[in-house]
Amino acid sequence: MFYREAGQFRTSYAQDSQIFPLRQDRLGMTIILLIAVLIPFGANAYWLSAILIPWLILSLVALGQNILMGYAGQLSLGSAGFMAVGAFACYNFILRVPDIPFVVAVVLSGICAAMVGIVFGLPSLRIRGLYLAVATLASQFFIVWSLDKFGWFKNYDPAGVITAQKIIILGHEFVSPREKYWVVLAIVVVLALLAKNMARGSVGRGWMAVRDMDVAAEVMGLSLLRTKLQAFAISSFYCGVGGALYAFAYLQTVEPSAFTIDLSFRILFMVIIGGLGTIMGSFMGAGFILLMPIFLNILFHSIFGKSVDASVISAVEQVVFGVMIIMFLIFEPLGLARLWQLTKERLRLWPFKH
Amino acid sequence: MPISKVLCRKLSGIAAAGALLTAATVSTPAMAQQPEQYFPVASMRVGPYNAMGTGIFGGVIDYLNYVNIKHGGVNGVKLVYEECETEYNAARSVECYQRLLHRGDQKMLLWDPYGTPLAYAVIGRVAADNVVLAQAGYGRTDAADGRVWPWVFGATANYWSQIAMKLNFIQQKEGGIDKMKGKTIVHLHIDTAYGREPLPAMRQIAKDWGINLIEIPIAPPGLEQQSQWLQIRQAKADWVTFWGAGAGMSGTALTTAARVGFPRNKIIFVTFGGAEEDMIAGGAQAKDTNVVAMVLPGKQWPLIADIEKVLYSGGAGKGNMQNPNRVGTIYYNRGVIAAVNYVEALRNAQRIHNKVGKPVNGAEFRDGYEALDYTNEARRKELGINGMLPPYKLSCRNHEGAGTFHMMQWDGTKFQITTKDWIGPNDPKMIRALIEESAEKYAKENNITLRDCPN
Amino acid sequence: MANFSFFIEVLVGGLLSGIMYSLVALGFVLIYKASGVFNFAQGAMVLFAVLSFVGIMELGLPFWAALPVAIGLMVLVGMATERFVLRPLVSQSEDTLLMATIGLTFVIEGAAQLAWGVDVRNLDLGIRDEPIIWVMDKTGMLISQLDIMAGIVATIMVVSLALLFSRTKVGRGLRAVADDHTAALSIGIPLKHIWMLVWATAGVVALVAGMLWGARSGVQFALVWVALKALPVLIIGGFTSVPGVIVAGLLVGASEKLVEVYFGPMFGGGVEVWFPYVMAVLFLLIRPEGLFGEKIIRRV
Repeated sequence: MFYREAGQFRTSYAQDSQIFPLRQDRLGMTIILLIAVLIPFGANAYWLSAILIPWLILSLVALGQNILMGYAGQLSLGSAGFMAVGAFACYNFILRVPDIPFVVAVVLSGICAAMVGIVFGLPSLRIRGLYLAVATLASQFFIVWSLDKFGWFKNYDPAGVITAQKIIILGHEFVSPREKYWVVLAIVVVLALLAKNMARGSVGRGWMAVRDMDVAAEVMGLSLLRTKLQAFAISSFYCGVGGALYAFAYLQTVEPSAFTIDLSFRILFMVIIGGLGTIMGSFMGAGFILLMPIFLNILFHSIFGKSVDASVISAVEQVVFGVMIIMFLIFEPLGLARLWQLTKERLRLWPFKH
Repeated sequence: MPISKVLCRKLSGIAAAGALLTAATVSTPAMAQQPEQYFPVASMRVGPYNAMGTGIFGGVIDYLNYVNIKHGGVNGVKLVYEECETEYNAARSVECYQRLLHRGDQKMLLWDPYGTPLAYAVIGRVAADNVVLAQAGYGRTDAADGRVWPWVFGATANYWSQIAMKLNFIQQKEGGIDKMKGKTIVHLHIDTAYGREPLPAMRQIAKDWGINLIEIPIAPPGLEQQSQWLQIRQAKADWVTFWGAGAGMSGTALTTAARVGFPRNKIIFVTFGGAEEDMIAGGAQAKDTNVVAMVLPGKQWPLIADIEKVLYSGGAGKGNMQNPNRVGTIYYNRGVIAAVNYVEALRNAQRIHNKVGKPVNGAEFRDGYEALDYTNEARRKELGINGMLPPYKLSCRNHEGAGTFHMMQWDGTKFQITTKDWIGPNDPKMIRALIEESAEKYAKENNITLRDCPN
Repeated sequence: MANFSFFIEVLVGGLLSGIMYSLVALGFVLIYKASGVFNFAQGAMVLFAVLSFVGIMELGLPFWAALPVAIGLMVLVGMATERFVLRPLVSQSEDTLLMATIGLTFVIEGAAQLAWGVDVRNLDLGIRDEPIIWVMDKTGMLISQLDIMAGIVATIMVVSLALLFSRTKVGRGLRAVADDHTAALSIGIPLKHIWMLVWATAGVVALVAGMLWGARSGVQFALVWVALKALPVLIIGGFTSVPGVIVAGLLVGASEKLVEVYFGPMFGGGVEVWFPYVMAVLFLLIRPEGLFGEKIIRRV
């Protein structure tokens, strides 16, 4: 009843091409954004620094992975490697360029990651599917290895775990979780809207054409080289920005071993659980994969307390998490975003089903 | 342990949980509560370091419970804990740190994540949060300088002292420093920051003594070390200092050493990956391997024997170890000693700040930790740990403590102590100077003013 | 001359390691070939299989009695996987199936620790993993009985699996199922049984791989990571070729050891962590379907 498009007419081209053509969507988005901006006044430091900040950052990375995998159909397993590029690039920009504003450094790190992404995306012109996925693992291992081995990247720090510099924008130092959250939120919102726009424009259509049938896309005059590398570049840009934020706003240390293959896999899970080829799904998937183990850990500890062996609890958590993933795929293989879409469709008819 | 027994334990646990839940809903909260002091337990019970995590944190939890049961807490203050699973993952441990930071109206006093990467991940936060980072024998080495790192403690020793102690041990075996010239020593290490941590000190000593030092990294998880050990054979190494993590890497190192015919009594393991579990993974090939010990294993120590009696014997079922046979192993005993440090620090804090019988805050606890003193033999005996750890005391400047170790050898079933006394670096002053130099460099780079320390 | 014999030593060591990689990769190929699923859980199955085997022995069964019990257990795991994970997911996309096996990984890893605890165990196969003296004296090469054993086991498994796929009715059914589930179903191939059989066989392969790896590295959690070593072997060999896996395993093993020993020190070592993958990419650029993979013809 409330979610209905009837009666909303688009009378100009501009109206027809806006991001959220439905009034309800615009309203909903505004409310969500408003809540997101105001939430630090209600949430404590734990929620901000241990839940919301990593969630937003990993959503951004998942979004990058989704561009590559969901929209352009290129299975990749190197996202944590590109995150590492972003993190170390950001460290070096701040270290070597005096008074560089943090946001500029972050964007430049994204561009660095994009360039690396193009190089490692080259095999995609010849390889596809699972073969490509395993081939992109080469980038994951090679990047982490070289960041670890070549001292210049770490400014010859003997320990190899570098304390991230402070986040300074326009002379203001962003210290508290609340301030960091806002920085992260701003960057994530801008990039997410950008992604949404790209996905529905000619760029995104190109990606999807390549995904659905690359030979056909080529026959229709699309340059495979350009489209695929563009997807790799943009996806890596998102991962790079995410990596910089992950190191600076979340971990507060820059080190190669934070960006292991394990993280790459987790990001892959986020995209598949969230829903391939959806912006919303990236956020939902990141939430599920990141927060569910934490939630289970808290839940089981509060239910069983100390009466059950904690080793048993930890193992049970793992089993439950795995079972949840499998159940999910069985009941909704298209991901969390699909559930959301179904809800919307129900709402459209509600309360008059027929 | 037979599966039937495991199942029994689980079932009784679940039943107990149910009973507790009912009890909790029925009974009203007790009035006039005993004062409590809360400790976080950042354990790793699943994943590749599960053997270490269950042993160490089992020891920690057992000692806290033991103090409650045996002594009614610390001067009447009951010790409680909250556990969080880190999976030895830096990102998850940061979440755990934030989650456990507050419990009710109490803030946590210390953080002891038991992993060098995990310690590094929070080392920048602890001062601002007023939390003591207790990195007992792991973590950032130059944090032993209390002027730069007031909130970080590395007792009883750090990695630089440890590598210097290993070289000192080798030197004694070889018959003097002058015999070391031209000897080839391979530092075979996991290819991470932790594996490279001892290198600054090791390179310095190698240069001074004329040792031919070869550094060979192993990429984690290290289940394949054929090329590394062939290189060692090719180099005709005299000794190997092994710096690994996880039973898989340790076991593979020992079996591969056997495959290339490298004598195991010329291999010296690091404390972190030098426990019974690592030797068992190496099977029969592990015999004669040398391992450095920071805290001695065994049940012969009165404290460990008493913990076993109070928490385990006669099916008391109050212990945290799933496998009670692991009481008295390296990891377990290290966990117990870590908790002894917590409790002693708490006791000191109560005394120093006139809060006997009351909970203390982070700053007070820090002072208590800095006042840790195991030099008094009577006190060590009272605690039941005399001989289990080296006598040492901390001070404002010295956050390392003893810097000494024992050497053990695996006889196929258990460790035998092979050194008569605790031994440290040949030249402790030199190691200390390296540490302070490194810490001062860090302080300068990060604009930290050195704390003024009388000693 | 000394250098040459060292070269041979490294080469032989690498080839022998390569066989160990192939053993793990074999499990992947088996399932991929028959069901088009990239079974991410293979590493976890290796851990679970050998942990169960050792656990059963701890309960008091002798080696030869524990083996069939462990095999039976793996068959059960295979059947359960088919029933509760794969069957509900018939005709889903490759990504979904991959994800399901990732979920399975969590379940198996958790279950392994739940059932058998976290103690590290040692597996004594009664085969010495030390250089055979007379081989060393004669040729200067380091070959242990365990290496020879691994080689024999790998050969037996490859030959029997190759025969299974090419000569038996079940094998033909397997290949039909791999090509197209629904088409195979429609011509009356019992999908259920075929999948169950394949997963059970993969479980047995996991057990064998786990026993050999466990004898060398100890029976502990890190065994789940042996799967990572199998991935480049898989790409080079092609996901669907049983003999390809062996050739690729030897290739990966030998080349990574040679590169690590001769070029690693130039870069501070650790090169072997990425070299096999880079080599795999180079291979793929020449032959995108792997060395022995089936050529895929795509039509618009």
